[in-house]
Amino acid sequence: MEKFNTHTGLVVPLDIANVDTDQIIPKQFLQKTERVGFGVHLFHERRYLDHEGTQVNPDFVMNKPEYKDASILLARENFGCGSSREHAPWAIEEYGFKVIIAPSFADIFYGNCINIGILPIQLTEAEVEELFQLAPNAQLTLKVDLPNNKVSCVLADNSVKEYAFSLSEFQQYSLENGVDSVGWTLNKLDKIKAFEEQMPAWQ
Amino acid sequence: MSNATPKTMYEKLWQTHLVEEKAGETPLLYVDRHLIHEVTSPQAFANLRFHNRQVRHPERTIATMDHNISTRSIKIDAAGEGAANQLRALEKNCKEFGIQLFGMGHKNQGIAHVMGPELGLTLPGTIIVCGDSHTATHGAFGALAFGIGTSEVEHVFATQTLRQNKAKTMKIQVNGHVGAGISAKDIILAIIGKTGSAGATGYVVEYCGEAIEALSMEERMTVCNMSIEFGAKAGLIAPDQTTFDYVKGKEYAPKGEVFEQAVIDWKNLRSDADAVFDTVITLEAKDIKAQVTWGTNPGQVVSVDGSVPSPDNFSDPVEQESCKQALEYMDLKAGTKITDIQVNKVFIGSCTNSRIEDLRAAASIVQRYQGQKVVANVDAIIVPGSYRVKEQAEKEGLDKVFTDAGFEWRLPGCSMCLGMNDDVLGAGDRCASTSNRNFEGRQGRGSRTHLVSPEMAAAAAITGHFVDLNA
Repeated sequence: MEKFNTHTGLVVPLDIANVDTDQIIPKQFLQKTERVGFGVHLFHERRYLDHEGTQVNPDFVMNKPEYKDASILLARENFGCGSSREHAPWAIEEYGFKVIIAPSFADIFYGNCINIGILPIQLTEAEVEELFQLAPNAQLTLKVDLPNNKVSCVLADNSVKEYAFSLSEFQQYSLENGVDSVGWTLNKLDKIKAFEEQMPAWQ
Repeated sequence: MSNATPKTMYEKLWQTHLVEEKAGETPLLYVDRHLIHEVTSPQAFANLRFHNRQVRHPERTIATMDHNISTRSIKIDAAGEGAANQLRALEKNCKEFGIQLFGMGHKNQGIAHVMGPELGLTLPGTIIVCGDSHTATHGAFGALAFGIGTSEVEHVFATQTLRQNKAKTMKIQVNGHVGAGISAKDIILAIIGKTGSAGATGYVVEYCGEAIEALSMEERMTVCNMSIEFGAKAGLIAPDQTTFDYVKGKEYAPKGEVFEQAVIDWKNLRSDADAVFDTVITLEAKDIKAQVTWGTNPGQVVSVDGSVPSPDNFSDPVEQESCKQALEYMDLKAGTKITDIQVNKVFIGSCTNSRIEDLRAAASIVQRYQGQKVVANVDAIIVPGSYRVKEQAEKEGLDKVFTDAGFEWRLPGCSMCLGMNDDVLGAGDRCASTSNRNFEGRQGRGSRTHLVSPEMAAAAAITGHFVDLNA
């Protein structure tokens, strides 16, 4: 996993609540045995006017030319709800997003993001609303500083607006250091063996 | 050891599975049982291979084929090339890593969350995970069960453990008894309607109260299955005599003295009387009516004797907008009576409602309509949850009840719940579905899903619309 330190990028506002992982990556694209090829199908039903994905929907915010290079996704509450499919964050990552900002995330999705090196940032509803006000017309660029748990932007009057966020200690460490979580746990095999030795017979 | 501090069932399950809790690290929990299927496992196996790692306990993992498979044929190629590739990859991976697989047509094959319980793979007091969000189903047994991503599938393969932050606890108490004809599906939809579709995010939920205790294991599974639909990490029901009687004698369940010892341990799992929950929600069972979803998330639900709401019924602007978007997608007008909504498709199946009791309940409604058949413009399919369910239903003649009435009787699988095979709705189709998600496009691009109980789905098939069976 790549290390995450700071990231500065353009924000695309996706003004929809309860975006589920079926919307993020529909089921017909889950039949791969590899980990690549999902980005092109991110938000397929919204991005394309036809089932085959040949006609781009010009009204969908991500298709607007000014958001072409966006790398930060601004979303509403309960983002990533539903299916546990990790294909959803894979698609988001492959499309080019590094950071997702929302007032709340579904639990499995949030963990999946951390596990593949995407930074999910939870801000308050009021803060997210403020960012939605700033984001139209591709005019919001945010600087995300993971080590200092800060998101900041420069406002029209040149003043700097800052938002604080937090992650659990180990999630922060894992993202910053690109920890191989399986390898990390395999270093604790003695603990796992000791646990197994005391388990009851039925378990 | 003294047991001075009262604990919730979740805290007990947590304590008994804690491998390591260390400052600065997410706690490490032991995983007793890992269920896998063809869709969310191939990349995990690939990573094991890449790192030259093994499956630590192949005997603790069981594989089934469920998401992708055809419900018309047991041929591995019957649901298209992509599906066949994944199914073959699962065969190859299971063989290479020594994992038991219930493949196409195996007598134990079924939807993971139907198969596990009926084989006795699901036990109280265990931690069960699967790369599928409806793993919460197994919480019906007093197991801490939750869905995981593919990176976590790989972590469980290699270490038989998972890192998990501790969730908050929520008690949902359903007092008294439900009225006649009210199903477990109605109970859980009513709960989600009350909490909203993200009402339990960050929580492990424990369902309790007389109405929950009175449920059979199948009904409890329906309740716990939909815990994820209001954001819960997991749903739990305290194991009791109903649970022990169900588990006893199952193929993979402990036997003899080991079983007796297990029951002693399992009886200690229930939350202590004075355990403190972070949140408590109470419902009166007598107030719960048959439920039908009208929108595009499971929290957008109303009683069958009600009407489609208007955005003006919501005070929160985000909910107003959600309602507006949902009505547009669902092509519904505010104020429409639920019983006036016409459907053209009916799906009875999924890990929520495809067990033998679900099929019995649906068949009993079909029989109530005495010889009436599925109405001309409706296609109705019944997809049993497993080969064991299918066999039992056929033994009882339920398949005949359905086929005589014009339903299609299919082979087991996840089927139209998510439409990864060819059981897909077309744009504009309106479906009464016993599944768990009414998301936009879930059952097919542009399709409209109404989540209901098996009884309601059967009635909708015969009449072409939703019916207040208690009116």
